[in-house]
Amino acid sequence: MSVQSPISSVNDFVVRFANVNGSGSASANELFARSILRHGVPVSPRNIFPSNIQGLPTWYEVRVTEAGHLGARGGVDLMVAMNPQTWDKDVASIEPGGYLFYDSTKPMPSSKFRTDITVIGVPLTAITNSTYTDPRQRQLFKNIIYLGALCALLDMDPKLVEQLIGEQYKGKEKLLSSNVHALHLGRDWALQNLKYPIGLRVKKSDKVGERIFIEGNSAAALGAVYGGATVCAWYPITPSSSVAEAFTSHCKKLRHDPETGKAKYAIVQGEDELASIGIVIGASWNGARAFTATSGPGISLMTEFIGLSYFAEIPAVIMNIQRAGPSTGMPTRTQQCDIIACAYASHGDTKHVLLFPEDPAEAFEFAAQSFDLADRLQTMIFLMLDLDIGMNHRLCRPLKWDDARQYDRGKVMTAEMLDEPGRDFGRYLDVDGDGIPYRTYPGTHPTKGSFFTRGTSRDRYARYSEEGAIYADNMQRLVRKFETAQDMVPRPLQANAAKPTKYGVIYFGSTSPAMDEAIGLLEARGHQLDRMRIRAFPFHSSVASFIADHDFVYVVEQNRDGQLRQLIVNENGIDPVRLVPILHYDGTPITARFIANAIGDHQDHLKVTPLRKAVS
Amino acid sequence: MTYIAKPKFQHPGLPKNELGYTHRDYEGKVSTLCAGCGHDSITASIIEACYELSIEPHRVAKISGIGCSSKTPDYFLGNSHGFNSVHGRMPSVLTGANLANRDLIYLGVSGDGDSASIGFGQFAHSIRRGVNMTYIVENNGVYGLTKGQFSATADRGSKSKKGVINTDNAIDLVAIALQLGASFVARSFSGDKSQLVPLIAAAIRHKGAAFIDVISPCIAFNNHAGSTKSFDYVREHNDAVNRLDVLTGRDPITVEYAPGTVQVVEQHDGTRLALRKIDADYDANDRLAAMTFLQKHAAKGQVVTGLLYVDPDAEDLHAHLDTVETPLNTLEAKDLCPGSAALEKINASLR
Repeated sequence: MSVQSPISSVNDFVVRFANVNGSGSASANELFARSILRHGVPVSPRNIFPSNIQGLPTWYEVRVTEAGHLGARGGVDLMVAMNPQTWDKDVASIEPGGYLFYDSTKPMPSSKFRTDITVIGVPLTAITNSTYTDPRQRQLFKNIIYLGALCALLDMDPKLVEQLIGEQYKGKEKLLSSNVHALHLGRDWALQNLKYPIGLRVKKSDKVGERIFIEGNSAAALGAVYGGATVCAWYPITPSSSVAEAFTSHCKKLRHDPETGKAKYAIVQGEDELASIGIVIGASWNGARAFTATSGPGISLMTEFIGLSYFAEIPAVIMNIQRAGPSTGMPTRTQQCDIIACAYASHGDTKHVLLFPEDPAEAFEFAAQSFDLADRLQTMIFLMLDLDIGMNHRLCRPLKWDDARQYDRGKVMTAEMLDEPGRDFGRYLDVDGDGIPYRTYPGTHPTKGSFFTRGTSRDRYARYSEEGAIYADNMQRLVRKFETAQDMVPRPLQANAAKPTKYGVIYFGSTSPAMDEAIGLLEARGHQLDRMRIRAFPFHSSVASFIADHDFVYVVEQNRDGQLRQLIVNENGIDPVRLVPILHYDGTPITARFIANAIGDHQDHLKVTPLRKAVS
Repeated sequence: MTYIAKPKFQHPGLPKNELGYTHRDYEGKVSTLCAGCGHDSITASIIEACYELSIEPHRVAKISGIGCSSKTPDYFLGNSHGFNSVHGRMPSVLTGANLANRDLIYLGVSGDGDSASIGFGQFAHSIRRGVNMTYIVENNGVYGLTKGQFSATADRGSKSKKGVINTDNAIDLVAIALQLGASFVARSFSGDKSQLVPLIAAAIRHKGAAFIDVISPCIAFNNHAGSTKSFDYVREHNDAVNRLDVLTGRDPITVEYAPGTVQVVEQHDGTRLALRKIDADYDANDRLAAMTFLQKHAAKGQVVTGLLYVDPDAEDLHAHLDTVETPLNTLEAKDLCPGSAALEKINASLR
């Protein structure tokens, strides 16, 4: 392909900004994404950033998608190449016929460009240097100037961008006017010196509707507010820190007593992950709703306490924002790689409830629900997000809350209940046959209902015991409780292909938007797949049924070892051959193209007819 | 932990406190620690202090880690909720429990292995946060449950039962607690109940992080010549700076007068601590002086006991976080959930 046939597309392209971490580009790039939303066109942005503060390369990708595909697509149509260090890689990643936008202040040899792309040079440094004297201003406004130039090139409405800047700097008139000025500097230069618009254009549409634009971590934190969490203990770790920070921010706005101004919450930044989960467990034991947020290495550190929570049956919530492991792995890259670690966390026989939200809206709902589940089941609940959902803005349905909803505090025996004639309280008595015992909060009754919580084995009345039969009885009850959980957690969602098919696909969490799009791509290749999105562990019985109903089921996940597949095999006793792993684990979000190619190629192989039939 | 339940029988003539409770109401299960263990004396002191303060037993939450000392909450306040957490992690669990319900009394019981080694960090951070608690370390300088290894509080040069000489420096938890800002710091000796009981009572009434290091000889593994945590050694080297009376608006809890002047400290809850000085120049309101005093005497091989420091105006973690007076665990959906109207506004701000 040559430069004469540039990509032409309206409201369907990918822009990637290549910057240097710490250059202040993040707000300008996000402004770009939000501006397109204001045109009524859906976007799906992603931060691709290094695990340091300053100096290393960072990318911000905006998928402009009128069709509303919210997964990553792969490929770049327009590269805004602002980082000399990654120039070669950035230029190479542009789709044939795509566009390269760069700072043309200094001339570059032609060997640094490709002939099959359109090169757009704007002397950004020269413009900024002629306008600003302060070095920091030069740096920051250069970003707004390239935003202005892109406005012209993509035919965006500058008023919508100005409106956003106005909202961002409301009450800070000096900043507002200087940003608008910089925006117009870039736009005017482009209008006067470049051919505009280019083949990629943003045209006003109405495809955003009522949807909101929010990060998963913020939504999960809001879910904790709505779900009644009053104690949050945490230790900073990427990519989960913004959960606790958002919880703090939400609580400051929503959780202060109107009369006294005092806080109806307590947030402690622990000295480490062990203390954080310890605080959560102590608070939950004492009847408060409590949670922590962490990532893989934090889960490792919390594991001893997680086992205590399981065995002593103390409710708690962990929001695990997964990143690429093992060990330190790639701290700022996404994966779904803590499935096994969380499902069976701690030594001995343990099983934990996992919830897998697909987007911020579900992160909000599941976060709120996780506190009900924790109380109801008296166990640890893991809300399993990942960096891709957690730290990126997503377009999703508005958050909803039913004001009639009451918190389900589970089986808590009050002083009045303890005083009922004939009432027998044993902390670990399975009164209802569902494996879930009653508990009491400390301080409930002067003479009844107190018990000793411990990680050591005990009988149904919480009395220390090393008797084998008593231990086994307790362990069996815990299994019963886990079976009870199957019908309490969010059920899998199933969708059938347009035509009957022998093949299915299972996926979960942040893979969802890419999967939605991949189904369309697969259909275009002539492949039909029924699909099931798993939303929780323990698995509902429909998971086994779904697998039984198909010859092959693909399991799409973002880790090396097919951890969800392992869990399904292990828990459902399924022949592993019937579950085909589709695995993506380079730290970038899985794309529709990847899924469609991997499944499509496998399906194509299945269709191949042997040249010679085997002789029986 | 014990298999043996204590008989419920009690003599009808047992004296009762202001709430009508007898000593038996503050007891727990039968101890399974070694006969003569210093920890059992501490248990007895806790029972006595709670009895004398007329505390409702069920309003106490007793939390511990793992180890000999951490077993002891089973042996007192049988009508209280107890929690054996994991090794060294009592402080975080207690902190969380305290955040959930500020109205209960929190007794944290720990050992020197628990607090000075595996849980050293948690000890430090719970103290610096000012958690309203009574944090008692039952300090015997040895790992009893695993049969005699040195702990981090074992003095350099001290000898184990097997004759091994400790070459590591000791951690002085009292010195650390003072440095970290504990607002009530004391050291005592399990063999000195007359000193220990009022110290525990005063710590319970103190609003803030109250820390008591109790030298509690391990009768099985650390009560021999060469040990600096033996009964004999501590008795010989004990240097009490004061004796304490706790005045609660009723009668003084102890009336054992010691020579010297009296220093009265009034706390937020109205409790008055009457310090009967033995060291005439000792000022229990001077943190810096307490640290210097402690170090000087430690250099002489003396174990300084008594109330070493108290800040009568201490604030606790809830004050720092400015939380509501109502216990967080009693707040309901109507108190906590901002509702759909607020959510609509949030949605609108995200478009």
